[in-house]
Amino acid sequence: MTELLVAFLVSTVAAATPLLLAATGELVAEKAGVLNLGVEGMMLAGAIAGFATANETGVTTLGVLAALLAGTALALLFAVVSLTLQANQTATGLALTIFGRGFSALLGAGYVGIPAPTLPKLHIPLLSDIPILGPVVFGHDILVYLSFAILGAVAWCFRSTHLGLILRAVGDSHDAAHALGYAVLPIRYAAVAFGGALAGLAGAYMSLAYTPLWAQDMTAGRGWVAVALVTFAAWRPFWLLIGAWFFGALMYLSLYVQALGVAVPSALLSALPYIGTVVVLVLISRDRRLIRLHRPAMLGRPFQARA
Amino acid sequence: MLVRNESIAPGPLLAMTGMTKQYPGCLANDQVSLTVERNQIHALLGENGAGKSTLVKMIYGVVKPDAGEIVWEGQKVTVPNPGAAQRLGIGMVFQHFSLFEALTVTENIALGLATAKERVGLRGRILQISTEYGLPLDPDRVVHDLSVGERQRIEIVRCLLQNPKLLIMDEPTSVLTPSEVQKLFVTLRRLASEGCSILYISHKLEEVRALCSAATIMRLGRNVARCAPAEKTVKELAEIMINMDLHRPTPRPPVASTAPPRLVVDRLTIRSHNQFGTDLKDISLSIAGGEILGIAGIAGNGQSELMDALSGEISAGKPESVLIDGVAAGHMGPADRRRIRGCFVPEERNGHGAVTTMSLADNAFLSGYLRGALVRFGVIDKKRTFVFAENIIRRFDVRTTGPKAEARSLSGGNLQKFLVGREVLQDPSVLVINQPTWGVDAGAALAIHEAIMALAQGGAAVMIISQDLDEIFVLADRIAVIAGGRVSEPVATRYATVESIGRLMGGTSVIADSSAEMAHALSDAR
Repeated sequence: MTELLVAFLVSTVAAATPLLLAATGELVAEKAGVLNLGVEGMMLAGAIAGFATANETGVTTLGVLAALLAGTALALLFAVVSLTLQANQTATGLALTIFGRGFSALLGAGYVGIPAPTLPKLHIPLLSDIPILGPVVFGHDILVYLSFAILGAVAWCFRSTHLGLILRAVGDSHDAAHALGYAVLPIRYAAVAFGGALAGLAGAYMSLAYTPLWAQDMTAGRGWVAVALVTFAAWRPFWLLIGAWFFGALMYLSLYVQALGVAVPSALLSALPYIGTVVVLVLISRDRRLIRLHRPAMLGRPFQARA
Repeated sequence: MLVRNESIAPGPLLAMTGMTKQYPGCLANDQVSLTVERNQIHALLGENGAGKSTLVKMIYGVVKPDAGEIVWEGQKVTVPNPGAAQRLGIGMVFQHFSLFEALTVTENIALGLATAKERVGLRGRILQISTEYGLPLDPDRVVHDLSVGERQRIEIVRCLLQNPKLLIMDEPTSVLTPSEVQKLFVTLRRLASEGCSILYISHKLEEVRALCSAATIMRLGRNVARCAPAEKTVKELAEIMINMDLHRPTPRPPVASTAPPRLVVDRLTIRSHNQFGTDLKDISLSIAGGEILGIAGIAGNGQSELMDALSGEISAGKPESVLIDGVAAGHMGPADRRRIRGCFVPEERNGHGAVTTMSLADNAFLSGYLRGALVRFGVIDKKRTFVFAENIIRRFDVRTTGPKAEARSLSGGNLQKFLVGREVLQDPSVLVINQPTWGVDAGAALAIHEAIMALAQGGAAVMIISQDLDEIFVLADRIAVIAGGRVSEPVATRYATVESIGRLMGGTSVIADSSAEMAHALSDAR
């Protein structure tokens, strides 16, 4: 029973990590007023870039770095098209996802089925050996802890720093921010690039830690769940964490139920984490005032400085 | 107290000459000059579209001039962006406030301060300035929850924190009660005496005469006069501004006391949908055919809820709580109310009254399709719609290129004329207008007032909800006040005074709803 519980908790945290990373990045972009629906594409780009680099060099750190750069590069492409050229953000984001999927499949064709070096789990002497608590809290790889640290830093930045205030201001009213002399576009570029970097990182986690393999479309819609998490968490960092964990837990449970051979259609079980997460988050985000106070009013709206 | 220790160079604070700005298809500013002296409250007057905003935006660095010279404290300067303007010592309070709704008062103000040093102890300084200058503010409230008057105070405090030498105010009093206006004037005079000049943009000529020692008047992008406003009459100022004879609307004969009521509101009680809205409490009134009832009150006292309940945008509860020509309409939506000849002009032109990105013809169709019979066999009758829109444009002197023009291409005054005209031409028996002339120039306001009066003359019952007391006194036969979601017993306009009505409006958005107090004030008014 204890072993089961440990396995459950460890798997939940692991399954939640790519969501948490990608959703944190998307949160930052959306708080600045940019809706980037290309998360799935950026994750896949990160996954293949990370996998290929780690495979060629044998160094996982380089792989992680490459994933970060790949995500950022795609995000910047999105920024040029949707911010500078002011194309519709929704359409551009969708195109980015399609592009990311196709491009990663193309690059990854030669890597299917090859094992890659895996991101090592941390082993902290003593701490990691504590029963139950050890493996659950101290037994993960570095990216898991990084995802918590980044979420915490982002939450703190929004709440307590001037930088965070400027970012929220740009997302709430870009015209007012411009009138006060803030450089709306550079701030949005930075936010989008940050979102891309984290999506890339989320991809690297998928292909170097979660299931250390490359398979086409291996993110399986997690990018979309991350986008949904941001909305349903009503743009509050803490609820991203809850949502991601909830998704992770359902993911594990559905696998477990499948393994037990319960007579439920497997398609339904696979869909369960996605459906469950959405339902629960919809329930907690029904308060309209909450949405108004946290939803960036400029979300998806192009900005043009009036001269 | 604003501390000024810079040595003061001789000459005017700001001297601009030859300011020119060309927009595609429109010369917004043509060789405009403006000189503001130190310690001066200087008025910038002109119709909407006269180029005031463009000129001011060039001073503030929001718009880049094509030509012209700005001399600030004796030195030629360029103002590439608002930050540069702030560094020079120029602050601006915008007409449409540039505030962040989801942020708190303190956060909003912090965003206007460039360096971390300025932000130290900000909350305390906000409280200090707000008490010192009589601008009460709670630094921790979220802007979304604040009234318009409070929002304006944020902008003023934000500017004052930067020790400006010039404060630009765009239409500052349009959202304030008479007593709030008086308080603002005290603040502004004090600022001017302490060395902060004020550039005051307004349509309210009476205020300009009371407050400003000099005025620059613009028309069609050019200077037309510079004068001391106190030496001119309101009529003279207005005539320079719009270059035509301005007459007050001719008074109408009194309404026969036997005229049957066409709009009856009976014990209307509604909980506001908006958490920060005002609940309507037990509102009863009746308007006869040929009569204009004015509803005065400060923004946020239930005007928008009343408007929505009358127009059908929200249900008025029981069907009997709103009667249009005797038909119980409280449960009806806007289209059904239009079928029984009720027409409505909401407060917000852009996005509520009109779809800004659609053509005037399409906008005319949106509210006029029923009464104008603009649908044939379920399909839009383009030709009739076009003719209907053309008719509005011609009858109400809407300056535009034609029915195909996008609504957003019109100036505020012209769009408002179009929207009022759209409803008036549907031959309503009941017309309710919220803020008929908000942010509209004197010429357009007069045209709108005349249209409203002519409609009443023709036998319609008209309700105008307005924060502009002058307007209410000009138009209304009877005046009621909305405060805290209650509407006072209407008084005949000839028995009412600005003071008595102003007292009913109160000084804050939350008013003790003592009907005894109201009755007392009303008996004073008589």
